[in-house]
Amino acid sequence: MKSDSDNTLREKIEIDLLIEAVNRFYGYDFSNYSKAHIKRRMMVFLAKHRFESISEMQHHVLHNPQVFEDFLNNFSINVTEMFRDPGFYSEFRKHIIPTLKTYPYLKIWIAGCATGEEVYSFAIMLKEEGLLSRSTIYATDFNSEALQKAGKAIYSIDTIKSYTANYQKSGGKSSFSDYYMANYNSVIIDKSLKVNVVFAEHNLVTDGVFTEANLIVCRNVLIYFNRELQDKVLALFNDSLITGGFLALGTKETIQFSTIANKYSIVSKENKIYKKSII
Amino acid sequence: MYKAVVIGASAGGMYAIKTLLASLPGNFKIPIIIVQHLAPDSDNYLVEFLDKNTGLTVKEADEKEVVQSGFVYVCPPNYHILVEENMSLSLSADEKVNYSRPSIDVLFYSAADAFQESLIGIVLTGANDDGARGLFYIKKKGGLGIVQNPSEAESPQMPTAAILEANPDHVLEIRQISKLLLQLANKNQDKNSL
Repeated sequence: MKSDSDNTLREKIEIDLLIEAVNRFYGYDFSNYSKAHIKRRMMVFLAKHRFESISEMQHHVLHNPQVFEDFLNNFSINVTEMFRDPGFYSEFRKHIIPTLKTYPYLKIWIAGCATGEEVYSFAIMLKEEGLLSRSTIYATDFNSEALQKAGKAIYSIDTIKSYTANYQKSGGKSSFSDYYMANYNSVIIDKSLKVNVVFAEHNLVTDGVFTEANLIVCRNVLIYFNRELQDKVLALFNDSLITGGFLALGTKETIQFSTIANKYSIVSKENKIYKKSII
Repeated sequence: MYKAVVIGASAGGMYAIKTLLASLPGNFKIPIIIVQHLAPDSDNYLVEFLDKNTGLTVKEADEKEVVQSGFVYVCPPNYHILVEENMSLSLSADEKVNYSRPSIDVLFYSAADAFQESLIGIVLTGANDDGARGLFYIKKKGGLGIVQNPSEAESPQMPTAAILEANPDHVLEIRQISKLLLQLANKNQDKNSL
């Protein structure tokens, strides 16, 4: 079979043009995202809307703000679960919580919180450890629609079985059903878990320092960025974290190759928890 | 000249991949990237098991790692793996594809984009149809498609689906696939020395 090189070149050009168009017109910069990831998300979007080509898609994205909203949703990864990687949470409970208990007041930044599952996982853990009432959790994402969902805290009942299993494996101290109310096909997370959470729009790519946090959690966000952007965002985290504060990344993410690596000690190699050194 | 081999396997894949890799020598030059369907909370057993049974170095793929000759990269459980144009690997926690994460199609599509006609795609045993469309896309980009003979596969459904969808260049038993890979790698060598 003959090589498909013309189509490949055409697609590459179309993708670059669409990224530029979205940045110039809407101010969302995807140019330093992983290219393979961008292409995949665009093809998923193309199939969903049955566009013939990325050029056609660009027309609709530029001319119809509603299509753009959907495009943006398609780009932010809203696939998250409560207590994803239970091993991370159980290690966090064992090794980080005791240090956090020594602080009178905690500021926690959960960056790229999407639809909030991780936020409520943390809220549950902090509550069980007696820390929630003296914590403020800042939960941010660039996607306002995802943030709205996060604020509503309503999830499909189909997910509860696997969340419950995750919760139990993560070292949960209670019964997971204590934290939600079931209603037909959905569950709503208990209000008490939301009291200390502040949801805010923040774009890691274009926005600056957010707060002086004791803990920053940003899991499975950096994997979508190229090395350059990863480095920039890690520097932003470094500027937003107090000395002695903790940084928790996804289990497959690392600060190892970044410029902030030498400022941190490794608390958990397996679960990617780092501590900002007292220099 | 082939720059990478991508392999997809599901039910029964662990032993099929082992057999395939065991017949390749440690100096096999073409990097190999593998998606084996796994439970999301699987440990590192598959990587260790494969590493023990081949002369090549088998490792779990690290995010942004550049693929190298002599290595076999296995996708970690609960992530998709994608290949970038600069031959580095990306991971993604995107939604499942074909009810699977990792999905074989996700690897195959991105690898075909990155390597074009310089890619070999292999679909092995499995009880679903992940990999069929991906193999079709590899062939569309000019790459080589190989499928395990369904009559030999522990679960014939996945190779059968790939044969129907992608019309592969070769349908072979595992040991024959290893032999073919060796021949192709040797041809690569000959071209290099010209």
